[in-house]
Amino acid sequence: MSKQFALSVDRIKCDGRGLCAELLPELIRLDDWGYPILAPGPVPEHLIPLAQRAVEDCPVLAIALRRTQLKK
Amino acid sequence: MTGLLGTPDAMTPLPRVGSEIIDAIERSRLVGRGGAGFPVATKWRAVAQRSHGDAVIVVNGAEGEPQSKKDRVLMSERPHLVLDGAFIAARALRARHVILYIGERHDAARSAMLRALSARPEPERGRVTASSAPARYVAGAEAAAVHFLNEGIATPTNVPPYPFERGVGGAPTLVQNVETLAHVALLARTGHTPQTALVTLAGAVKRPGVLEVEPHTTIGDAVQRGGGATEAPRAILVGGYFGSWVEPEQAWNLELNPDSLRRNGLGLGCGVIGLLPASRCPVCETAGIMRYLAGESSAQCGPCFFGLRALADACTRVAERGSNPEDLKRLQRWAIDVRGRGACRHPDGAVMFLSSSLQVFGQEFASHRSHHVSRTA
Repeated sequence: MSKQFALSVDRIKCDGRGLCAELLPELIRLDDWGYPILAPGPVPEHLIPLAQRAVEDCPVLAIALRRTQLKK
Repeated sequence: MTGLLGTPDAMTPLPRVGSEIIDAIERSRLVGRGGAGFPVATKWRAVAQRSHGDAVIVVNGAEGEPQSKKDRVLMSERPHLVLDGAFIAARALRARHVILYIGERHDAARSAMLRALSARPEPERGRVTASSAPARYVAGAEAAAVHFLNEGIATPTNVPPYPFERGVGGAPTLVQNVETLAHVALLARTGHTPQTALVTLAGAVKRPGVLEVEPHTTIGDAVQRGGGATEAPRAILVGGYFGSWVEPEQAWNLELNPDSLRRNGLGLGCGVIGLLPASRCPVCETAGIMRYLAGESSAQCGPCFFGLRALADACTRVAERGSNPEDLKRLQRWAIDVRGRGACRHPDGAVMFLSSSLQVFGQEFASHRSHHVSRTA
């Protein structure tokens, strides 16, 4: 059982500032109205520091990085 | 026919039930009739596991779907059956409080339910309160109902926590549609559910209204019972605004039960069967429904609030000014972009409806000239 991390967005809190997509374009793109679309699946290990930064820098604290259990 | 509407609405002593009714519900394979079609036994078990005699039962008669009337008819004509289902849930889930959550405009239904309630014995009556659900599309969604009952705001909230975890007053809460509760009442009383469904016939049918149908009744049979179509339909909307358009020749032979519809990639949803007459423009009809659904967004999540509005605007542009490749591309792309990106399922339902419009009316969307020309063409 290995550790994995996944990003999620609180859709009610999010007001589309778009900082997350600037910090982590590998996993987050913005829709036509400026709201984030997350790439599906776990965050690759080398992007975890950037993902953490996106969580911390979100002005409305709408992003979370959570540990998920890898299903065998 | 026996069934929900075929059963006299007599007040009889409640059968003595405990948690074993949940096994019976599971064997009956009953799914919720409010729209989402969730397995009822799963939901009851989730509440039962968490209840310490403090659970809450919300009797969901909000019926916010504009074309649906079946919940209102059921509450008006068989209120004791609905109350039986609610009290059986209260016993099985060890609930202390039952809340009647009835659409604020459904006056006849509310009166009938309150009249029936006043005839019940005090131990039952004493644990019930009544509340009026705002006349909004999302007000009947579980989390919105709980939010309204807790804070007076009928907008969905983030889940988890789900109502079964933390619902009304923080207690484990069962939010269950009135038709579903009536099915449970018959199950407890007779040992089996009638396996019927209440549907509302709408649109180009001679006698629009509510029917109770047997599981093997086809859409064609149901329309015949409604006096037949007033003119050849262009398409049939199965399941209401969160449902799908189906070509008539395919629709006529579809059986109106959850399993059979699911095998065809459809759902019973809220039970609305809407006939779009061939004389009406499907693009304009789609634009109208998308505008309605955009207006019913609770405006909490950006992709839903802005996305549905943009989709409705693009549909309206095609309807009013004629087809253009840019808007058609945008509609396809946005329908995918918006899905799954709200706190509730409102945006998902709206884009699923739109996707079925784009598929079934692909020709009309691609060659639409203008509202006026398409009507006279």
